[in-house]
Amino acid sequence: MSREVIIEMQHVAKIYKSGEVEVHALRDVTLRVRRGEFLVIMGKSGSGKSTCLYLMGCLDVPTKGKVMIDGRDTRDMSEAELARLRGSRIGFVFQQFNLIPTLNVWENIELPLIFQGKSASERRKKVSRLIKEMELEHRVLHTPNQLSGGEQQRVAIARALVSDPEIILADEPTGNLDSKTGSQIIKLLKRINRERNTTIVVVTHDRELASQADRIILLKDGKVVGERRGRS
Amino acid sequence: MLAEYLKIVFRNLGLRRTRSILTTIGIFIGIAAIVALISITYGMRVMIEEEFERLGKDRIIVTAGGGRYMLASLIAAVPLTEKDLEIVRDARGVEIATGILYKATQVNYKGEAKFAQVVGVVPQDLDVFKGAFEITKGRKLERDNEYAAIVGYELHVGSFFSKPVKLGDELEMFDKKFKVVGILERTGNKIDDSVVVVPLKVLRELSGIEDEITFIYVKTKSGYDPTKVAETIEEKLRKARNEKHGEESFYVQTSEQLLQRANLILALVELVLVGIASISLLVGGIGIMNTMYTNVLERTREIGIMKAVGARSSDVMLVFLLESGILGLLGGIVGVLLGTGVAIGIERLAIAQRITGFRAYLGLDLLLGALLFSFFVGVISGTLPARHAAKLNPVEALRYE
Repeated sequence: MSREVIIEMQHVAKIYKSGEVEVHALRDVTLRVRRGEFLVIMGKSGSGKSTCLYLMGCLDVPTKGKVMIDGRDTRDMSEAELARLRGSRIGFVFQQFNLIPTLNVWENIELPLIFQGKSASERRKKVSRLIKEMELEHRVLHTPNQLSGGEQQRVAIARALVSDPEIILADEPTGNLDSKTGSQIIKLLKRINRERNTTIVVVTHDRELASQADRIILLKDGKVVGERRGRS
Repeated sequence: MLAEYLKIVFRNLGLRRTRSILTTIGIFIGIAAIVALISITYGMRVMIEEEFERLGKDRIIVTAGGGRYMLASLIAAVPLTEKDLEIVRDARGVEIATGILYKATQVNYKGEAKFAQVVGVVPQDLDVFKGAFEITKGRKLERDNEYAAIVGYELHVGSFFSKPVKLGDELEMFDKKFKVVGILERTGNKIDDSVVVVPLKVLRELSGIEDEITFIYVKTKSGYDPTKVAETIEEKLRKARNEKHGEESFYVQTSEQLLQRANLILALVELVLVGIASISLLVGGIGIMNTMYTNVLERTREIGIMKAVGARSSDVMLVFLLESGILGLLGGIVGVLLGTGVAIGIERLAIAQRITGFRAYLGLDLLLGALLFSFFVGVISGTLPARHAAKLNPVEALRYE
């Protein structure tokens, strides 16, 4: 494991203010993710694992410490730069799927490319390739509420992959799926990791999913309390 | 990219169709009112201008009564006289001046008696004043002393007396019979179209009004500025009538000034009405703002998703601004259609009332301008909600239930 570091968190703390109350979501997290790694972050709810993922995904910047993507500190980047980074180099997959309900399958997958200002022909090429890859041909014009959970998550994964990102961040991707469908999604993520050498960071409770990881990090109360190698 | 944003916008508006339609009501009423108003007042302005163009810009009208101050006009209604007419005639730059006398009196026609404005004119003078008392049928008055009359259009079409007055008919005024020799061209003004024109000399003899003149009609020599000539006339009359500046019992106006006055009144009416319509637009705009805040709140999570997949704050802002702009525009489209309908309806009404020369103005600039304006109202109303949406923290937005 001597591959280059793609995500690095140094003594990261994150405090959310909701009204008068301060929530210490992360207290002190230091970790590195290497290119091509399949990392699983586990922990009870409230342990700060989702916050950890959102900070890696540049959806937010830390209150203290540094989050570096390819050696660049996210706090030094403008809002537009962070958005571009999210759009082009990072793909998100969520437990709730988080598809846009008014857009159909094709349009949902296409969305990141639209915000990047890609041409229609390039969009068509990439989206149709992913639709085929995710076996969604028969669902192209359906809206999310007409799809099963597994299909919705496949659409979400296709959306995450559409801009050929280097990193996929998944927040409980199997949390809303039955075990059979969950297994398929896990296989899919594993295949993406292997075939595309995409770095994957997954937050989960799912032991089957965790068993696929190169490395597992355990979070508790906003701190890293354990780390172990996965099956490989 | 705009096309893709618009697609998103229309999906969202379509999904919340009832809310979208209700929201646009406020806008379309305001836009309809403004379109109808501008269309009608512009049409009226054109009508007035054409009328003045027809009459000529070299005209000056002198009337009794202080025109400048309301009080003066009430106290000092010293009538104009033949002597005043002579003074006006002698003023520099006056080509011709003629006196016209209005006298309301009873007119009998085929056993029916009605009060009408009888107008005394000097027949030979009128030839110079093109556009005034023009004849559509028959002939002009020819001699000072003939018992002949020209009747207005309303009399001719039979909406004054129960029977229409035709050429060769006889009217009875002051116990004398007048032969109808001509029909006046229609002016579009009901009062002006209901007059009976007779030679001034005859009217003076029969009515016993020897000296009085209702107004003096002046044509300026070519090469003279009508405004300057009007000032000369005013000064001379002031001296002759021994009146102080600002306290005149008469009023001198060029056709240009009359036009300006008419336009000023029209502009004031327009201003008041557009002001009222603007209140409707303001309320409509607040309606859009309210709807947009609701939309932003409902789609908080969606905003988080958009940001997660790479939308910048400015993209989110643009999507919501477009949405509110389209809401305004939709209201504008309905409003323009409705306003156009109202304007055309009023034009029809004017035609039915035999008001000629009035056309509702429905130029492309007005219609497109109104559409653009409605879009703009939408965008302005949506600015605060869109800013709110753009500023949302993506993590909090994604967690929003």
